[in-house]
Amino acid sequence: MSDRDVVISARAVSKRFGSGPNAVLALDDVSVDIYQNEFFTMLGPSGCGKTTLLRLIGGFEQASSGEIALEGKALNNLPPFKRPINTVFQSYALFPHLTVRENVTFGLEMQNMPKRDANCRADEMLELVRLAEFGDRQPSQLSGGQQQRIALARALAPAPKVLLLDEPLSALDLKLRKEMQIELKRLQTETGITFIFVTHDQEEALAMSDRIAVMKSGKILQIGTPRDIYETPTHRFVADFIGDSNFLQGDIHQNGNDANNTILALPGGQTISLAGVAENPSRSAQQTSATIAIRPERIILAPQGSSETALRGTIDDVVYFGTDTTYHIRLDDQTRLLTRVQNRDGATMPFARGDDVDVTLPAAAIRVLVD
Amino acid sequence: MKIDRTNPIWRFHGITPMAIFFFAYLYLPIIVLLVLSFNENRLATIWTGFSTQWYSVVLDNSDMLRAAQNSLVIGLSATVIATIAATLAAMGMARGRFRGESGVAAMLTLPLLVPEIVTAIATLLFFIVIGVKLGLISIIAAHTVFCIPFAYLPIRARLDGMDPALIEAANDLYANEWQAFKRVTFPLLWPGILSGAMLSFIISLDDFVISYFVGGAGSTTLPIYIFGMIRIGITPEVNAISALMLIISIIFVSISFLIDRIRY
Repeated sequence: MSDRDVVISARAVSKRFGSGPNAVLALDDVSVDIYQNEFFTMLGPSGCGKTTLLRLIGGFEQASSGEIALEGKALNNLPPFKRPINTVFQSYALFPHLTVRENVTFGLEMQNMPKRDANCRADEMLELVRLAEFGDRQPSQLSGGQQQRIALARALAPAPKVLLLDEPLSALDLKLRKEMQIELKRLQTETGITFIFVTHDQEEALAMSDRIAVMKSGKILQIGTPRDIYETPTHRFVADFIGDSNFLQGDIHQNGNDANNTILALPGGQTISLAGVAENPSRSAQQTSATIAIRPERIILAPQGSSETALRGTIDDVVYFGTDTTYHIRLDDQTRLLTRVQNRDGATMPFARGDDVDVTLPAAAIRVLVD
Repeated sequence: MKIDRTNPIWRFHGITPMAIFFFAYLYLPIIVLLVLSFNENRLATIWTGFSTQWYSVVLDNSDMLRAAQNSLVIGLSATVIATIAATLAAMGMARGRFRGESGVAAMLTLPLLVPEIVTAIATLLFFIVIGVKLGLISIIAAHTVFCIPFAYLPIRARLDGMDPALIEAANDLYANEWQAFKRVTFPLLWPGILSGAMLSFIISLDDFVISYFVGGAGSTTLPIYIFGMIRIGITPEVNAISALMLIISIIFVSISFLIDRIRY
């Protein structure tokens, strides 16, 4: 199988909870393809529908409309125990009355694997998650991080086509979480199983994923590599949710007769040239008002007077963060911008509070967004 | 007993004598009954010497043994039926949100609150209306009804303490509904089920009012038999039977309590 074979495909999937006026639309006409051997992350705030989509794939909920298919075969009416898909639950859900090994062999025995083979496979899995010597313990004797690994071993043991992970790292402390991120990525690469990971932690999503789907209010706003999502967000929500962004709102005008030279006129009178700024395919070209975004580290600061086209501003505040320094800038029309400069040369800080600066927003760094 | 002096309750004067009085009030009569059951004298309230003769008199009394047998049959039957019903009810209630859920929950536990005499009269009336012959069967049916809430509560408490993701995890790992129940739900639930069953049995064994109303000839239970004996006067025999029942109750309640403490 090539890397680009679709494993899970969702077509126009909606999920409604409740009925009548109290109905909640948890998923709103979502379509997505998830590929073989991919670490796919669904990222969004709580209530965005990411867990609902995961539970639909797992078979724990039924879609109100639309279809979910596994390798081209519709899954809709299959109960969870008939889907070659396993889940790592947020609470781990280890069986407390069984030993660690019995937990790992549970799925294998339910698939009628002989006990001896199942135990063999369980030991292999425990080896894989580096808890080989813990087979005879009870889950309650393990730490949170260890329970997490057992949950992984248990879900991976039956060699599912897809592994679903429902915010599995949220209960761990920061250091352990970082370790487990690397561990998860390693397990995904070693097993070659498609991982579908749900999280509200953007850093986690960026660090581990091959592709990320950013979700809001039951819809997928953007799907792309971590780099796509960070560098070329399509929606204001995406740019805001992932990393820091400066947002500027204004009207788009054509500058003179030159069709290629559009400008964004800010309410305060300053203009920003949008010449060379990439089109946003998700945005309707007819709209005249627009929000643009630029990442703080992409803004170029220079002493005032060095550029004709730059915006003019004053440094309001300087915050030193060790690896970089952030400058809070107030433009002449009172718009505030955040910029970040890496401290490459050690302690020297080029600007001080109160300095007047020229602010350049490079066209390549500007994104025109859907609000 | 270790007393935690940091508890602000100890700042109230007289709390210790109050507590002693309270426990004496609760248990002194029972202790007196236990002591008097070993009294040699024919008159139950005059102590003349130690003897276990009344226990052997009781155990030779064939009427009493028949009453005990009735109580046992009624208790076991009501317990089994009530526990099965309560287990199903608890699983249904714990699993899903549905319309009228709180109403059903209230109805399940209502028998705990309705005055027993009302239940007894209503049940008797009902049996007469539908033409059920009063006897063992009618008592078993009536006992089953009031045993259900007692069995339901510990089972429900167990279920509520259980992560609902456990069942999903079992389903996720290829266990169908029945396998998930057998391999996960039941092993985690059985202490609650057993605890509920023991409680039901004791409640049934102890019941007087309802048994008295809906019983018939040949269905005399132990409490009714004791009541009949007492009408003649309190004899050492009554003390001995009561002591035996007390011991059985204590054993069952203790086991039920210990089982309920099992945690994984």
